[in-house]
Amino acid sequence: MSFLRVRDLTVTFTRPGQAPVRAVDGVTFDVGSGQSVGIVGESGSGKSVTSLAVMRLLPARNVQVTGSIELGDQDLLALSARQMRDVRGRDVAMIFQDPMTSLNPVLTVGRQLVEVIVRHDGRSVAEARRDAQALLERVGIPDPARRLREYPHQLSGGMRQRVMIAIAVACRPRLLIADEPTTALDVTIQAQILDLLRDLVEESGSALVMITHDLGVVAGLCERVHVMYSGRIVESAPATGLFARPAHPYTDGLLRSIPRIDDEERGMLHTIRGSVRDVVAWEHGCAFQPRCDHAVESCLGGPPPVHDLTGAPGHRVRCPRPVHPATPATGTGRSEGSA
Amino acid sequence: MLRFVFRRLLQLIPILLGLSILLFAWVRALPGGPAQALLGERATPEAVEQIEAQLGLDRPLWEQYVQFLGRAVRLDFGASLQTGQPVIEEMARRFPATIELAIAALLIAVTVGIPLGYLAARRYGTWLDSVLVSASLLGVTVPIFFLAYLLKLVFAVQLGWLPTAGRSDPRARAEHPTGFYVLDGIVTGDPAASWDALTHLILPAVALASIPLAVIVRMTRASVLTVLHEDHVRTAEAKGLLAGTIVRHHVLRNAMLPVTTVIGLQMGVLLAGAVLTETVFAFSGVGKFMADGIVQRDFPTIQGFILVIAVSYVLVNMIVDIVYGLLDPRVRVS
Amino acid sequence: MSTPEQVAATRPTGGDEAIGSPRPTRGLRSDALRRLRRNPMAVVGFTLILIFVGVAVFAPWIAPYSPKDNSWLSEVRPGAYPGPSAEHWLGIDPLGRDVFSRLVYGARQSLLIGVVSLAVGATVGVGIGLLAGAFGGWVDTVVMRLVDIMLSVPGLLFAIAIAAMLGQSLTSVMIAIAVVNIPIFARLLRGEMLGQRAADYVLAARSLGISRAGIVFRHVLPNSFTPVIVQGTLTLALAIVEAAGLAFLGLSGSDPSAPEWGRMLTDAQVALTSAPQLALYPGLAIVLAALGFTLLGESLREALDPKLRR
Repeated sequence: MSFLRVRDLTVTFTRPGQAPVRAVDGVTFDVGSGQSVGIVGESGSGKSVTSLAVMRLLPARNVQVTGSIELGDQDLLALSARQMRDVRGRDVAMIFQDPMTSLNPVLTVGRQLVEVIVRHDGRSVAEARRDAQALLERVGIPDPARRLREYPHQLSGGMRQRVMIAIAVACRPRLLIADEPTTALDVTIQAQILDLLRDLVEESGSALVMITHDLGVVAGLCERVHVMYSGRIVESAPATGLFARPAHPYTDGLLRSIPRIDDEERGMLHTIRGSVRDVVAWEHGCAFQPRCDHAVESCLGGPPPVHDLTGAPGHRVRCPRPVHPATPATGTGRSEGSA
Repeated sequence: MLRFVFRRLLQLIPILLGLSILLFAWVRALPGGPAQALLGERATPEAVEQIEAQLGLDRPLWEQYVQFLGRAVRLDFGASLQTGQPVIEEMARRFPATIELAIAALLIAVTVGIPLGYLAARRYGTWLDSVLVSASLLGVTVPIFFLAYLLKLVFAVQLGWLPTAGRSDPRARAEHPTGFYVLDGIVTGDPAASWDALTHLILPAVALASIPLAVIVRMTRASVLTVLHEDHVRTAEAKGLLAGTIVRHHVLRNAMLPVTTVIGLQMGVLLAGAVLTETVFAFSGVGKFMADGIVQRDFPTIQGFILVIAVSYVLVNMIVDIVYGLLDPRVRVS
Repeated sequence: MSTPEQVAATRPTGGDEAIGSPRPTRGLRSDALRRLRRNPMAVVGFTLILIFVGVAVFAPWIAPYSPKDNSWLSEVRPGAYPGPSAEHWLGIDPLGRDVFSRLVYGARQSLLIGVVSLAVGATVGVGIGLLAGAFGGWVDTVVMRLVDIMLSVPGLLFAIAIAAMLGQSLTSVMIAIAVVNIPIFARLLRGEMLGQRAADYVLAARSLGISRAGIVFRHVLPNSFTPVIVQGTLTLALAIVEAAGLAFLGLSGSDPSAPEWGRMLTDAQVALTSAPQLALYPGLAIVLAALGFTLLGESLREALDPKLRR
């Protein structure tokens, strides 16, 4: 059985005097033990809200979460707030997007690392400090003993993200959620951080959920990919299958908008017309319909059902008219270049 | 850190020099000129002439300023027109009372203001938040001396719970080695005297605390609200830290930084407000002496008071800045 | 006094809109106005101000007697002052004058002191801030050092020193409070202008070759006015309270019989036990008037703060 099982997860933001907004709408996915899963989508697609819902880090007020989230044998939505605090940081940990703001500026790096070890591993501060130093060394921070005594602002962005990663893996969680962990970093650093994440996950055998807008990141890291659009998963597939044969017009558009050096149509970059704001509510039809080149009359009138792609096990798409690209994609080679 | 302190001390010099020039200009501009002002309106022409010569009023302006500065550094402000004693002696005798009052008021403001501000932020948008915000707006608006009246009227005159005026029961015979009456009782092993001094201190301290209290509530609320929405608090939550740990180490610790600065600035309100509060409660500190000095046009006293209070205010804020540097690692390095 | 409608009218107009109206002025301000109307704090504040100004302006019609008329001295016994009655709604003071009439005329005095000291202090302060903000460099350094020095003396103390120096008169009270306000406005405007000088729309205007004076007066200044108006509203509250404080210390107009809230409150101290209401009325008047400006100023600040918009 899968380690993380998300079933029909729906997150609704309700604000007094305003129409409720459904940010996540019936999302279902599994993450097996030690498996790496990517969730891809534009900003506003609901991918970050999904990850925060799994962590139960959404504000309690004006937010309604339904469905079920099971982690191992625990039903996360049924846990008390206090019980959830035991789960966070120990069983499931999270890495955030912006390492500049995600660390507390007035506490030393060591203190922020030590407190999570003391909290979950029941160690003394002295023991935790030794662990912390080893952790910093493991995530590739030179001179860890000195860095422990320093404050976040004394570290570069890449170093800070390494510290964030050290904090996340400190208690050897069985699931790691990374929400756009490289977006705020320099391009040269991005690849290093991704390599580090891949090594750590392989080494510890923990599962990984990678939240990103960048298909290239997913290609080099994940076994399975879910593409989200306007709060719903529109396509799920093994990474290789997705890159080889994108079925949903949105996925296809995303893949084709990645610039390639060997592109025949030199100089012309594919774009998806319109913007994320041009959506149809799912109950009235496909949310992507206004931006879709393949749309037909039947795309309106109720949410399109999900169906399996013939000849591709585990490849599911929420579209009645999936795309069949003429040329088999050269997916993997390209994505490694951009990672 | 030492360099940071040193740099802060250097910045003090232009402020203090500027302050002294301001005060020098003020003395020169006093009605009847500085000599007349220092001697009072009933001074004989001979005395005025004598003091004018002593002040060197016929010398160039810069020379007079240097002389003025020399006296200011020695805290020589001349004799009080109220008592004929040197101003600095009069002030030294009354300073403990004012400091005791200011500290008591600050303690009230901080110990009540920070929890209330935190509460308002945590209950943001609820009726409790609205009540606290409205009360703090009222707090900055009510004139200190009117609040002092009200407190005196209700708790001293009508209910009779607390004494109406003074620093201690006039019938009591307590010794005062330090001048801080509450402390004196402890030092001399006379708890009854301490208690007596405390009961006299409560009403003036509450009245004086009103503005700083209101300001601290609002600042704490705003600051906590800001910090609560910062990313690093979410990180702390993601680490599974206990709620109490997050509040203490990740919210309050950060939110207190701007509050520290505001507390420093409130010292000005406390020291200047003492002039009003002490007068209502006949609390014999420097503030009351200053208020009496204004009525009697006792310019040497006014001059001394302004200089001493302004310098204390500047020093307190420098200390607050240094404390801020200790609390916030980002300031120290830059 | 600035009503919110007038605030909205200070938008930059004319053909420069193409360069980019800096903050989305109309949208932001009409939005702010809408939120202001919904805010009970603003409504209460505005009502209090309307009453205060109304009473001040129409004092001769509202007050039944002259504030200095002491023809009821014979009804006063030491330690026993006639309380509210049909002829004297709030009773008679120890000197045989109608308390209600004095209270009504006191509003005039308070408003006068507040408005004049604000006008003078804000004008001079804004001018100084403008100078520092527009020129920068050494002008900025010198001006801001001076402002720092002025701010190093606690406000009330500063006002006391100036009022004591100038002697007992209404003018000296107004000057004293105005001077205390100068550094506050100077610092505010200078900070606003520094923030805006780096703003995109200023860079755009500069790249189009618009002169420095043109940018300052047509773009930066109008956009700095919002915080000045907020501060001005709050400063009026402070001025009323400060004037009362000065009066309490004997620093007020030279005519001891003039109706002034601060002095009425001070004079009532002698009768605190026998006639506490004599202190209560002027005290409440000060609080309500000042509260009106504080409430409006704070809700203005909140309504105009884009960060607080949700």
